[in-house]
Amino acid sequence: MPNKPSLSLRIAFIVGMLFLHFPILVIVLYAFTTEDRTYQFPPPGLTLKWFGEAFERQDMWRALLLSLEVAGMATAIALVLGTMVAAAIYRFEFRGKDLVTALLILPIALPGILTGIALLTTFKRLAIEPSFWTIVIGHATFCMVTVYNNVVARFRRTGHSQLEASMDLGADWLSTWRFVVLPSIATALLAGGMLSFALSFDEVIVTTFTAADQKTLPIWFLNELFRPRERPVTNVVAVFVMLITFLPIVLAQWLTRDTDDLHGGGKTS
Amino acid sequence: MSLAAPRSLRRRVSDLLYLRPRFLLLLLLLPPLLWMGILYLGSLFNLMLYSFYSLNDFTGQVEYRFSLSAFKQLFSSAANVDIVLRTTLMALAVTLACAVIAFPIAYYIAFYTRGSARAFWYLMVLLPLWSSYLIKVYAWRLILAGEGVVSWFFNALGLGWLLQGVLSLPVIGGTSLSNSYLGMFLVFTYIWLPYMILPIIAALERVPRSLIQASSDLGARPRQTFWKVVWPLSIPGVAAGSIFTFSLTLGDYIIPQVVGQPGFFIGQMVYVQQGTAGNLPLAAAFSVVPVVIIAIYLLIVRRMGAFNAL
Repeated sequence: MPNKPSLSLRIAFIVGMLFLHFPILVIVLYAFTTEDRTYQFPPPGLTLKWFGEAFERQDMWRALLLSLEVAGMATAIALVLGTMVAAAIYRFEFRGKDLVTALLILPIALPGILTGIALLTTFKRLAIEPSFWTIVIGHATFCMVTVYNNVVARFRRTGHSQLEASMDLGADWLSTWRFVVLPSIATALLAGGMLSFALSFDEVIVTTFTAADQKTLPIWFLNELFRPRERPVTNVVAVFVMLITFLPIVLAQWLTRDTDDLHGGGKTS
Repeated sequence: MSLAAPRSLRRRVSDLLYLRPRFLLLLLLLPPLLWMGILYLGSLFNLMLYSFYSLNDFTGQVEYRFSLSAFKQLFSSAANVDIVLRTTLMALAVTLACAVIAFPIAYYIAFYTRGSARAFWYLMVLLPLWSSYLIKVYAWRLILAGEGVVSWFFNALGLGWLLQGVLSLPVIGGTSLSNSYLGMFLVFTYIWLPYMILPIIAALERVPRSLIQASSDLGARPRQTFWKVVWPLSIPGVAAGSIFTFSLTLGDYIIPQVVGQPGFFIGQMVYVQQGTAGNLPLAAAFSVVPVVIIAIYLLIVRRMGAFNAL
């Protein structure tokens, strides 16, 4: 490996990076376009009017609220269950350890449509009506691994010794958890929680199968895509959603910046 | 505290947990395992069962009796077999393209950045990965549309004829990029690209720098060092990334719906059969197909060390 990247490597890197970010810039640009019928490029003029229009749309607000509720609930469940698995995996050696982690990864390694239709057929069979809670169940299932990844990475960096010291000094389990374990994994929990929130907030495929007529924001967005009422409003909401998801990602990155592992590196890993 | 003092309940529970670690393990694992094992695996199992049921032609109800009719229906129709082939070919093409584009990006980040610059570029790969899937797909519709960015760009360069020429090609062409397999291929490649970049970075970061130095000390030219040392060690990362690009393309039904030609993909077929067509057994049979293909794929990439790089 020479000290300086070759010209062709540099070009491939820059072109690749532009490819990754160009579509996001396009969305931002289109949120300001004055053209509301076609996808004309370049936009004939720029305006702020669509931001006001989007703000007025009650259906958008309802969808946003539902998405926040679903993501909040799914994240809460994922936080509890994911942390439990992480603690068990870190603390104990047992048979089938790899199987447990594989089981957690499965919902995101397999295509989302499988999780969706599997849950749907099961709900149908058990005569469970799709509702807010069936959406939450679907989301929590694939959010668990995100929390697990972040927390287990943090656990691995904090040795067993602190725990034992605390118990030796007379603290019981509850106090040890409260004063030793929880503070040391707090930022990992926060990071895992935020990533899981973002994941749920953006989920559309599993939701399509597990929802009745509830419209989360991505479902609302999908409807607008095919039957748009006002096309530029869709663009504005797109920018808005991006801002909502970017913030937790950047924060989560920052919170776990001193962790060596590529924790939660992808939505998947 | 005297030994005879009655211990509080809290203390007793605490001691129990400490003295009986197996009990603690059970306590920790039971709820998540019940959730994932019964709810999730159970659902998957139930889905498999459905693919062995049949639909009563008269009542339109599912008959809960063993039958291979759903699979028969799947494989006896040339159109259905086409769907499977089309989806698999697309998944392979997308995986290949992702690997080609991702490798230089990962290589650059792993070998030529460090410290805060690396954190920055890493984040620049993560942000597109985490930004809303639907919005990215939608952005590509804007870009690829007949009057969209790409057409404008080609026309501005006086290369409109080139774009038209490509679009008039059979199979990959169409009325516009947003109505062609070429466009769909572009969007798939774009959407899954970060899933390929990240594992390759991880694999390349694990390549010992001393090995590279030793190689050049022993007189290998950079090109030789790359092909004989770096590339073999990065294969597990590429294989790991390919699991995601391949599997995600196989199951997706939104991209083919938003961008692309009328020809169905597996995911669309599952969606339509469970919804409008109301044929859950056929939908289930169709959803078994990607599982089988992915299982075969996993067997192949496992030999390339993909699982160690996940």
